[in-house]
Amino acid sequence: MKAVITVIGKDMVGILARVSGVCAQANANVIEVTQSVMQDLFAMIMLVDISSLSVDFDQFATQVEAIGTELSLSAHVMHEDIFNSMHRI
Amino acid sequence: MLDTRDILETITMIQDECLDVRTITMGISLLDCADSDIDRCCDKVYDKITRYAKDLVHTGEEISRQYGIPIINKRISVTPIAMIHASCGGDPVKLALTLQRAADAVGVNFIGGYSALVQKGFAPGDLSLIRSIPEALARTSNVCSSVNVGSTKAGINMDAVAMMGKVVRETAQLTADNDCIGAAKLVVFCNAPEDNPFMAGAFHGVGEADCVINVGVSGPGVVRAALAKCPDCSISEIADVIKRTAFKITRMGQLVGTEASRRLGVPFGIVDLSLAPTPAIGDSVAHILEEMGLESCGACGTTACLALLNDAVKKGGVMASSRVGGLSGAFIPVSEDAGMIAAAECGALSIEKLEAMTAVCSVGLDMIVIPGEIPAEVISAIIADEAAIGMVNSKTTAVRVIPAIGKKEGESLSFGGLLGYAPVMKVSGYSPAKFISRGGQIPAPMQSLKN
Repeated sequence: MKAVITVIGKDMVGILARVSGVCAQANANVIEVTQSVMQDLFAMIMLVDISSLSVDFDQFATQVEAIGTELSLSAHVMHEDIFNSMHRI
Repeated sequence: MLDTRDILETITMIQDECLDVRTITMGISLLDCADSDIDRCCDKVYDKITRYAKDLVHTGEEISRQYGIPIINKRISVTPIAMIHASCGGDPVKLALTLQRAADAVGVNFIGGYSALVQKGFAPGDLSLIRSIPEALARTSNVCSSVNVGSTKAGINMDAVAMMGKVVRETAQLTADNDCIGAAKLVVFCNAPEDNPFMAGAFHGVGEADCVINVGVSGPGVVRAALAKCPDCSISEIADVIKRTAFKITRMGQLVGTEASRRLGVPFGIVDLSLAPTPAIGDSVAHILEEMGLESCGACGTTACLALLNDAVKKGGVMASSRVGGLSGAFIPVSEDAGMIAAAECGALSIEKLEAMTAVCSVGLDMIVIPGEIPAEVISAIIADEAAIGMVNSKTTAVRVIPAIGKKEGESLSFGGLLGYAPVMKVSGYSPAKFISRGGQIPAPMQSLKN
């Protein structure tokens, strides 16, 4: 089971470190990370394995989103199935 | 790895373009709750609904959290109550109050099915249920009611049409101090679908399984945004863009429905491919039509644009879901759509144009506020016109008009929430009284010689 973490907003030092820190704490294994600039926005997309999370999904998502709030970024955690089903036939 | 652009597109759709799942609706059969004693019947109804739907709201919230998709409403539809009431007699309002109590207990937003199917005549339970609708809707807040008065196979029951004009008016009167909200929870159908997850017309048809999960998607904002990106495309290209967008929206509905069905252990019914607007900015079907090149919704050309939209949504959606049903198409409610409200307020959109639009959209005259002094027979005649369009074109049509008791053209009603607000619209003052008072049945139409 995998989830996609997206962080979008103004670039700054330490975003990746903060997000991966939360992942490590929750025992979510980071599989892949991409960063790109789209429409003048910094966008980081991280694919993490959540099959052996040490906290429940809701708590994990709340922790990641809290980083977003703190740094004025938009941060989301969504199960990968939504993207697979919407964009793949 | 997933494509970055796809991920960002999904997030933009949800964050900026109001994409959501409008409703997860659990359909529950109450046929086994029939009892000769109305109180025992009410107990059985309450027990069955609360037993089956106890985890519905919680599960909906969990799915919403996991996929990051807003799921706006969780609802229940039940077997048309007239059928259950037929077994016990007594005051059907008791059953409405029971539905309300059950809805409160499980925390759903709406419960639909205070309904009767009378397209060909009145069976036991039908007449008393229809007569009780005004009181039932005035004494409950989340119960929705519908009456099917016609079908392509049966014709139109004009006795029922005459009754429903009075019922709609009386329902508005009984809730006059609350912006006539009762009438917003009552819809009169022709060719009512049995698996519709949308209110106020949802009920659980008799051909359905004991319990199913139906999902209604939304997403007019996403379609409008997609069209905004191709300002110089031809109409053929616009149809393709809508199809592609509808596909993605529907896949999301399919995912949510499958997951809800798995978690609740209930069979998956259908995805309703409807573009359901809300009064929120950027969530309007009228704005899609305007994006296609109309100065305002209601201009000449509106019907053609809507026909294209409605068809493209279905074509895109059908491929995205294993099971499609319900109303599936574009909704054109006035009060629930910012663009429609604006068009009605500035006079660009009239009831006559809306009626023409219903010949090509998925439902009918929806959430239209009419002057309070309009007599019942005019409302009946509006219902008859609309049912005739549905009957002849083999499609679902419906009427949900709200007589604004004590108000005139130029004033408005405000319902709040998803139901929005709307100006009082002009209705022709010429009388159809003689026609409506005749009663009888409009025979079912020919299905050949289609001209």
